[in-house]
Amino acid sequence: MKATLKIQRGAPGVTPREEAYEVAFEYGQSVLDGLRMVRQSAEPSLAFRFSCINANACKECMMLIDGKVGYACMVRLKEGITALAPLPKKSLIRDLVTEIAPPDERL
Amino acid sequence: MYLEADVLVVGAGGAGMYAALEAGRAGASVILADRSLIGRGGATVMAQMTVAAALGEQTPDHWEHHLADTLAAGRGLCDQRLAAILCEDGPVRLREMDAWKVGWAREDGHIKQAQAPGHDRPRCAYVDFLATGPAVSKTLRTQLNNANNIRRIGDLAVVDIAVGDGEACGATALHLPTGRAVTLAAKAIVIATGGLTGLYRRNSASSNMSGDGYALALRAGAELIDMEFVQFFPIGHLSPRLVGMDPIMWDPFRYKLGGKLLNSEMREFEPDYATRDARSDGRYVLTRDLATYAITKEVEAGRGSPAGGAYLSFQHIPETEIRRAFGPVVDRLAANGIDLARHPIEVAPIAHYHMGGIRVDEKLETRVPGLYACGEAVGGANGANRLSGNAITEALAFGARAGRNAARRALQARSRWSLGASLPALDLLRRAVKRDGPNPAALVAELQAIMADDVGPFRTEAKLASAISAISRLKADIGEIPMSSQAAFDPVLIGWLDLRNMLLVAQSVALAALARTESRGAHQRDDRPGLEEDWCVNQIVRLSDEAIELSCVAPATAKVAA
Repeated sequence: MKATLKIQRGAPGVTPREEAYEVAFEYGQSVLDGLRMVRQSAEPSLAFRFSCINANACKECMMLIDGKVGYACMVRLKEGITALAPLPKKSLIRDLVTEIAPPDERL
Repeated sequence: MYLEADVLVVGAGGAGMYAALEAGRAGASVILADRSLIGRGGATVMAQMTVAAALGEQTPDHWEHHLADTLAAGRGLCDQRLAAILCEDGPVRLREMDAWKVGWAREDGHIKQAQAPGHDRPRCAYVDFLATGPAVSKTLRTQLNNANNIRRIGDLAVVDIAVGDGEACGATALHLPTGRAVTLAAKAIVIATGGLTGLYRRNSASSNMSGDGYALALRAGAELIDMEFVQFFPIGHLSPRLVGMDPIMWDPFRYKLGGKLLNSEMREFEPDYATRDARSDGRYVLTRDLATYAITKEVEAGRGSPAGGAYLSFQHIPETEIRRAFGPVVDRLAANGIDLARHPIEVAPIAHYHMGGIRVDEKLETRVPGLYACGEAVGGANGANRLSGNAITEALAFGARAGRNAARRALQARSRWSLGASLPALDLLRRAVKRDGPNPAALVAELQAIMADDVGPFRTEAKLASAISAISRLKADIGEIPMSSQAAFDPVLIGWLDLRNMLLVAQSVALAALARTESRGAHQRDDRPGLEEDWCVNQIVRLSDEAIELSCVAPATAKVAA
């Protein structure tokens, strides 16, 4: 099966661009699995946050998935297009990474 | 950018957070840095299991009984001083966590303690349901919030420890959101970066656990110990695909419900291997090294499950009992298409923990004055095989001790910091360039495959030699100059810096495994079966002119006075 990840990319202050990547997947795999496959095989510089890798313990992989806030590690890949964008109400760092640390845990 | 504090703690899992708290309580100013977010990365937050300590709540106990079990599991290689600290301080730390309202599961007015393999009695506390790690993490974060001399900084990746006049005096770091270099001056530094299981294809590690701290320590001049002992957790989840849960979650199910390991003939095979271990409780039979051995041998004999592991079945247990023991977890499993009362799941060994690590003395200090380590980053306490439940205990116990000792030193010592001490690392970051080269994420995957296939739980001279040459080839592939995509939160630069650490650490593991021509605990050589009396020694790794040097020492035996 093939999934297409349509990803909103870019840095703050620049008009975001959309890039689409196709990944092969097996039923049950997560959007985070897909993002990691894209980074490994197509786009090494794609920025997204994760720490615990599919355990839903770290809560770092939160993003907009098809317009809804969700954890990339919990939402399954599907055939066809999945749209990914950074959290709209957090300040953008780059691509899918936003500033989600509490203010007193930042540099 | 330049920051300073009395004590710098690198890594904000359970050990690092406890170290920061204790250093703060001792009166030191503290910076707690993590490349992930504070309290979210590392192993602690992932732990769904149990914490071993001789609380004597379930049944009478004494820390010396816990020590005896820990030493027996370690197969002769434990640093007895460190094992004693773990077992003696464990109850103190668990009681403190209890006072901080971590929420240890209770029954009949006492803390409930479960029996785990290798323990002579029920000793393992936990938080329901499968929430031990998140609860420990959250509790420590709350304490940190209430402390006023601890500065927490997430998204800050330490690149190297700064050494001045032979002493640890600070660190150089990369601030991920901006890509800026940050220098940090400190009079004592505590490495709390966890283990190295991210070196393996199938692992239960957070993304920040691929041996950073070991590489930092080695390059700073410290030594590593027991690097060949990587613990594989025997029943890591394999199939069907499970998301939103830690792959090592089946252990608590086995503590509470039993559960049967079955081969493709649907026959229980653990008893076939149980005679190899005298320390069996009859219910949940094998220690981790033996269960890993049993599953691997069943697969090799053609009796594996379809995905290449073993079946774990709870079908003999009534649905109501499963629900009573695990409540909402049952629904999370259902969302993954798993119904334990009806179908077995498939499990297989998964890289889970590293017994080896940074060599420290009973003050948790390395041979580099001012450089300390705690938690899984420390080697020696667990010898050749760690007991279930000892990892969080050591995080808390070693964290507190390392933090306190680091603070004591920092409050007396004068700063050895100079910008010169961080120049090599600053230069390295400055040289980072956008260039043609391999994809770091793909190379990491390649390294993980090499480690899993050739430096896994079962090793041979030929496999290890092949891994060592493959690692050298990857080292040549990444080159000396960091790759970068010249952007914020840059996975190319982070990936390159990771590989710089991972390849050094992978080499340490493979070389030590090749040198140890016997089988002991988690290090099993198919071509050298059986324990050799002469090998009842620890292997020490150090860097000399950028080359890895191995030597042997007898395990430390003296216990520390309380």
